[in-house]
Amino acid sequence: MAAAGPLRPFLARAVPLLLLGAVAAFPLVFTKPFPRHLMIMIFLYGALATAWNILAGYCGQISLGHAVFFGIGAYTSTLLIREAALSPWLGMLAGAAIAVVGSQLIGYPVFRLRGHYFAIATIAVGEIIQALVINWDWAGGARGLFVPIKRPDSFVNFQFHESKAVYYFIALGLLLLALGVTRWIEGSRRGYFFRAIREDQEAAASLGVHVAREKHWAIAVSAALTALGGTFYAQYVFFIDPESVFPLSLSILICLVAVLGGVGTLWGPLVGAAVLVPLSEGTRVWLGGGGKALDLLIYGALIVLIAVFQPGGLVGLAGRFRRT
Amino acid sequence: MEIVNFAHGEFLMLAMYVAFFAWLLARLDPVVSFPLAALVLAGLGWATYHGIIRWVLGGPMLAQIFATFGLAVFLRSAAQFLWGVDFRVVSAPLLGGRASLGGVFVGLPQLTASVAALGAFVALHLFLARSETGLALQATAQDRQAAALMGIDTERMFALGWAIGAGCVGVAGALLTMFFYVFPDVGAAFALLAYVTVALGGFGNVPATLLAGVIVGLVEALAGLLIAPALKYAVVFLLYLGVVLWRPQGLFGRF
Repeated sequence: MAAAGPLRPFLARAVPLLLLGAVAAFPLVFTKPFPRHLMIMIFLYGALATAWNILAGYCGQISLGHAVFFGIGAYTSTLLIREAALSPWLGMLAGAAIAVVGSQLIGYPVFRLRGHYFAIATIAVGEIIQALVINWDWAGGARGLFVPIKRPDSFVNFQFHESKAVYYFIALGLLLLALGVTRWIEGSRRGYFFRAIREDQEAAASLGVHVAREKHWAIAVSAALTALGGTFYAQYVFFIDPESVFPLSLSILICLVAVLGGVGTLWGPLVGAAVLVPLSEGTRVWLGGGGKALDLLIYGALIVLIAVFQPGGLVGLAGRFRRT
Repeated sequence: MEIVNFAHGEFLMLAMYVAFFAWLLARLDPVVSFPLAALVLAGLGWATYHGIIRWVLGGPMLAQIFATFGLAVFLRSAAQFLWGVDFRVVSAPLLGGRASLGGVFVGLPQLTASVAALGAFVALHLFLARSETGLALQATAQDRQAAALMGIDTERMFALGWAIGAGCVGVAGALLTMFFYVFPDVGAAFALLAYVTVALGGFGNVPATLLAGVIVGLVEALAGLLIAPALKYAVVFLLYLGVVLWRPQGLFGRF
């Protein structure tokens, strides 16, 4: 690297600040909805993948059922608005709380499994929950739920129809929260326990790490952050149904973002979102349509290539260059 | 073989297309064309092993999951790209109607498929338990290094395992076309049930898988009848989670 000596720590501090400044100024420069939407999606998927990364990347439990928590967040806040006229901000907290409780119940059976078996069990959990919600008529069933529109825009109602700028900053806030929590866990005692479990569960247990308890902590934090994203999605799109917030494809997309960027690293999930979201929006705009699925064709091939050639993700790629 | 093929459902879908096109282009009924589907799929399994799996086998588990998952997305959209999203059926199959089994009526295509599936189970079990190659395959699955030290070409065994696995899917897919429609997304539901069935029985155990298959089939049918048809898969998955609570290694698994 070019930066050497005393310049290095200065750059390490200045670059994130500059980036943050640029990100904050972005909606002032780009006033069209599409670029803002693109950034919002990057923040949202970045936040979701960062949340997933806490459980999967640090604690080593590859969950393919995170859409459950996303859906819980979306449904809790929406149902509370419709049934109790509660502000989505409170609904967001309620959604996170329910997701935490749900995660503990889910964790009880699935944490007995390892590796591929754990992944399959989390898929099964996701399918069960989705099937239950589809058949739950009070919660809209397969038809889904509309978030009642309230005008004018107000912060309490979490609805902003005039401009996407507010959504932009809320999504950015979610992302920063997820990154902050990850950063905090990374340096904490608990974060070391997580990584010990990931590397070797038996060895960690033999050294006194309470494996089951730590796994439950990891899934609780991960689920709460994912649920926040779910509420945000509901308030951004104003319509949710089991197909849009509970599908297996969402669970897989979340971890794909993290895998692409680099699992078990702080910045990996965000890097993955910054690459994959524009790519998938781009291929969909240019190649999608016509029912030919050419965009998905390329997407699938890309996943295979990454898995085979760069399993460490893009962050790992940067590390490779740095070493040489 | 310590690796889950998330493209299993897409393999099934391709097998169904093979049987469908054999019927469309050459008027070959699935009853006749299933060896062809098995052969094509075995080739695909072999190619998948050499093209993809071999390279991720030593890598992190996530790479393994995503390699086969990416393949699934690729195959599914390739099918959609080439053949469209239309549902296709083999109309007027050779075997139609139904047969009476002691007062219980069973569709003849379904009956044929069951018998053929049982036949495949028996053949696979005999191959794995009796033949030298089958034993070598099991040894490789149990301990790769020890098997290699015993002079087994583990590389070939892995490729063989993939070819046999995919070949069996070929048989299943071709027979399924006798009474099920073909479309690019057809594999997803079947694949998930297949994983749960295998995990329920215990990995690497053919008779246990057969028994688990019977259990899953019965639970699915009974749940559809007694609770609600829309919830039948949820009940099957719930059963799996229940079993896992009690026996994480599956009903008959050893590890």
